[in-house]
Amino acid sequence: MNLKPTRLRMCGNWILERFPLAQVWNEHMAHYYAPKNFNFWYFFGSLALLVLVNQFVTGILLTMNYKPDAKLAFDSVEYIMRDVSWGWLVRYMHSTGASAFFIVIYLHMFRGLLYGSFKQPRELIWIFGMLLFVALMAEAFMGYLLPWGQMSYWGAQVIISLFSAIPVIGDDLSLWIRGDYVISDATLNRFFAFHVIAVPLVLVLLVFMHIVALHEVGSNNPDGVDIKKSKDPWGHPVDGIPFHPYYTVKDVVGVAVFLLFFATVIFYMPEMGGYFLEHANFIPADPMKTPEHIAPVWYFTPFYSILRAIPDKFAGVIGMGGSIVVLFLLPWLDRGKVKSIRYRGGIYKKALMLFVISFIALGYLGTQPVTPLATIMARIFTAIYFGFFLLMPIYTRWEKLKPVPNHLTMQPTLEERIPEMIAVFNEVIETQSVTTEDGETVSKTRFNPTGAKNVLVRTAKNLKESLD
Amino acid sequence: MIDETVDKSKRQFLTTALTVVGAVGTGYLAIPFLSQMQPSVKAMAAGAPVEVDISKIEPGQLIRVAWRGKPVWVLQRSPEVLATLTTLDNKLSDPQSNQSSQPDSSKNPVRSMKPEIFVAVGLCTHLGCSPTFRPEVAPHDLGVEWQGGFFCPCHGSWFDLAGRVYKGVPAPTNLEVPPYRYVTDTQIIIGEAAEEKIA
Repeated sequence: MNLKPTRLRMCGNWILERFPLAQVWNEHMAHYYAPKNFNFWYFFGSLALLVLVNQFVTGILLTMNYKPDAKLAFDSVEYIMRDVSWGWLVRYMHSTGASAFFIVIYLHMFRGLLYGSFKQPRELIWIFGMLLFVALMAEAFMGYLLPWGQMSYWGAQVIISLFSAIPVIGDDLSLWIRGDYVISDATLNRFFAFHVIAVPLVLVLLVFMHIVALHEVGSNNPDGVDIKKSKDPWGHPVDGIPFHPYYTVKDVVGVAVFLLFFATVIFYMPEMGGYFLEHANFIPADPMKTPEHIAPVWYFTPFYSILRAIPDKFAGVIGMGGSIVVLFLLPWLDRGKVKSIRYRGGIYKKALMLFVISFIALGYLGTQPVTPLATIMARIFTAIYFGFFLLMPIYTRWEKLKPVPNHLTMQPTLEERIPEMIAVFNEVIETQSVTTEDGETVSKTRFNPTGAKNVLVRTAKNLKESLD
Repeated sequence: MIDETVDKSKRQFLTTALTVVGAVGTGYLAIPFLSQMQPSVKAMAAGAPVEVDISKIEPGQLIRVAWRGKPVWVLQRSPEVLATLTTLDNKLSDPQSNQSSQPDSSKNPVRSMKPEIFVAVGLCTHLGCSPTFRPEVAPHDLGVEWQGGFFCPCHGSWFDLAGRVYKGVPAPTNLEVPPYRYVTDTQIIIGEAAEEKIA
């Protein structure tokens, strides 16, 4: 074939000779081979990227009407909510997006704990990811000051005071962060600069490094098996499929489901009962009066609980910082030889379960006022939180590992599980044919207690077995 | 082969020298950039003293004034309150205010120049929340131990009506007393130190 190239193709070639567009696309999308057994947990990476884009777009729009000035900030947010066309939507997308970001990131990190995605050779991916998490917390914290409500003001007052607990340099450091002797216009203005320019740049850079590192070593998967070990004659992993179109299409489904929940929150419960936007933040900042009950936004509460649980100012700050630092060390704390939880011993499964329970409990306690009972509970859960990490080098050595397969295993799909589910349904619900007085035969369904009991006992047994 | 004839030491010297010069330059540039975030001259000048008229404060009443953007309390204490203060010493972590911040003129058990008028910065020494004024004795939510004082809603610190911190709470020291002086018997200036008594 010796056709004359079309004009469009010539334009395309002109670009490709000067910029490696096709090469980048192939390397990271069309010829990037990902394991074929990704499950539900693998949606959250791409969803995090989606939320990041949402925050950028809505953030830029908000900047057009927001005034970073202590006298004008609160009113400018109300102006956006009431008078700017669709301002309420953009603002709620941004505030809900902040909470959604943390939900997605926490699930994304939990996926790492489940399938050992932080283990050799992916330690750097985990470190970049943790740096992203810290940058994200800084971004969220500084963004929360901008509406200049009561909770913005006193939340920032408490968090910046944490730095003053550091011996020797503490007081000067917190003064330098605030740029004034109290939280003031200077603080608001600089937090705006960090929130809008500095930290977003860092986030973009870190996301880039996170993905470059990931694509260098390849994705982990729910079996924790290295797919690069067995390749077909063309050099592609036998157990891999190209990211595009297979996973781009799969992720579109995840995006659709996510947007359904996201839109529901934005339109029907944007404040989420005071968890996403706190009630006290609808009152302008008053430096003379602290709200009766102050608590950080929900995504900081686990760490805030740890701070409150320790009855010493400096030790509390160290404890809270340590709860983040210890996450960075995870790849070196875990001595288990197997990546995926599917083939790990029961001791890791139980430890992980305890960790999740204590993380959620600490999160709940952080939203509640201090009482003696709550303090004791917070101390117990803080001990479990640190125990999970610091005892890891010991207990992961005792693990009884299961044999790891050479190839990826395929779990039954939802469709294949239907007969099994029908069987369970029939066991719990009894159907009888009854002849009524009119002589008609009607089938009546009724709850079967013995069947239900059998199902429950069986489920409990399976659960116990899977934990051993 | 050519390597053997090239004198690399000069290159190495130039590379090192340039790196050092660059690092020093960057270091110098960091000073204005970092100092730029310090409080500005305007912010430092804003700490002007505040005059407060105390003639209209009723016994048991607390007024709040802003000084350097911080809440400052002025409280008129009754003789009963002053009597209670002396009984609390063993429940407090620093009853003599040795670890706490106050001008010398207020370094006494009741932490004020004149016992009945108490002046303090209304920010908790733990993490800077403003404690709530709770003068009543043994209220329902704080329990029978409560003798009247200031309660921090953020992390539950207790202070008595002289701003002295109780034992076993997160706040490390007593509430700060700002420098202040009496102009007349009914007028004080917050932010100006009282003249030191010459002994």
